[in-house]
Amino acid sequence: MAVNIFYFFIFPGLLFMAVAGGLLSWFDRKITARVQFRQGPPLLQPFYDFFKLLLVKETILPRHGSPVVFMLAPLLAVFGATMAGLFILLPLFNISTGFRGDLLVIFYLLTLPSFSYILGSVASGNPLAAVGSSREIKLVISYELTFLLIIAAVIMKSGQHFDLDTVIAMQRSGTPFIGSVSGVLLFIAAVFCIQAKLGLVPFDMPEAETELSSGIYIEYSGPPYAMIKLAKYIMLFILPALVVALLMNGMGQGAGILWAVLKILGVVLLLTLIRNTSPRVKIRQASGFFFIWMNLIVVIAIVLIAFGL
Amino acid sequence: MGFKDFCFRKSLWVFHFGGASCNNCDIEILDCLTPRHDLERFGILLVGSIRHADVLLVNGSINRRDRDRLLELYHQAPKPLLVVAIGACGCTGGIFAEGNTFAGPVDTIIPVDAYIPGCPPKPEAIIAGIARLAGKKP
Repeated sequence: MAVNIFYFFIFPGLLFMAVAGGLLSWFDRKITARVQFRQGPPLLQPFYDFFKLLLVKETILPRHGSPVVFMLAPLLAVFGATMAGLFILLPLFNISTGFRGDLLVIFYLLTLPSFSYILGSVASGNPLAAVGSSREIKLVISYELTFLLIIAAVIMKSGQHFDLDTVIAMQRSGTPFIGSVSGVLLFIAAVFCIQAKLGLVPFDMPEAETELSSGIYIEYSGPPYAMIKLAKYIMLFILPALVVALLMNGMGQGAGILWAVLKILGVVLLLTLIRNTSPRVKIRQASGFFFIWMNLIVVIAIVLIAFGL
Repeated sequence: MGFKDFCFRKSLWVFHFGGASCNNCDIEILDCLTPRHDLERFGILLVGSIRHADVLLVNGSINRRDRDRLLELYHQAPKPLLVVAIGACGCTGGIFAEGNTFAGPVDTIIPVDAYIPGCPPKPEAIIAGIARLAGKKP
């Protein structure tokens, strides 16, 4: 019992994920700044932002809307991100959970932050938030099928094993899944799925700072917004970690840990570069992109897997 | 200075309110975020929603219609909030001070924490003002 609480709150749970996610968020902002020939924020900037929102700022409740749902939604987002991160990171750190079928649980838990953003923004009663949440719903519908197909393809490639432990063990005994044609296709689709899940720039229509002025987060201030920031930091860490676990060999011992850190940084670097070099697309374009092109890529990968490539 | 103040000073998020401005101050404010002046190295970000703001930048002459909007924004902002009046119009009214529709300089409507005069102030002056502001207790 005590060890489970330690897993959930300290390592590899909430605290570790928050610190790692905050540092990755700094990495993302720093790379963005360097791409734009700027100097960028200091190392601890994400933590300053978080503690400022949590400790200093006042919470304002919207007059029209449901305050309870509005306040609980960010907590639900943090909870979903932490639970999903726990199921991803425990196998990654070679701690066996003994749970067969955790890939499907990860899939469901990873949708929880998006759903809680939708709930919170609709509960705020702000028209711009309503537009943002309707866009978020459409975005979720677009990318979830692709994401599920990617997980299905990985399950198929690992020989019908539904748990992350075995997927990582299979890759470690053979070649990593990304070392094959189908693996490369899955990686491309996974990177775009993550981009949409994180709401980074080609797919940031839900928050769309220039047209909806932060859209789904528009009414949040103070501690609830700090919780949303925390959920975003955690998601920025666990989604690349999931890709590393599913396709790139996971994390080994000794020098393998350093390699895993470099792999996660590489995936985040890729996300940041995509974010900095592309404009925001319309929601219809995003749906078409996922429904047609990304699904096509993943289906091709599945067919290739069936032929053993 | 405690931990809270320190975090607040290191992460000032700015919301920009342009009154009946001639757009020169707006352009100079945006200049501060460009690669040459890069305010993000002090943790300063431009945010889209007043609910996320720590600093309210007001520029331009405030006329009778702007006055209500400005008051509404001030009341909607979460509260340790710093207000900065930028430009001659924001500080004193400038050449519009005697105009028929002019509704008073910013500090007659809401309390102001820092004044950055100039028509328009240079980006260096804005950065100096913000840096002085970051040293002030909220």
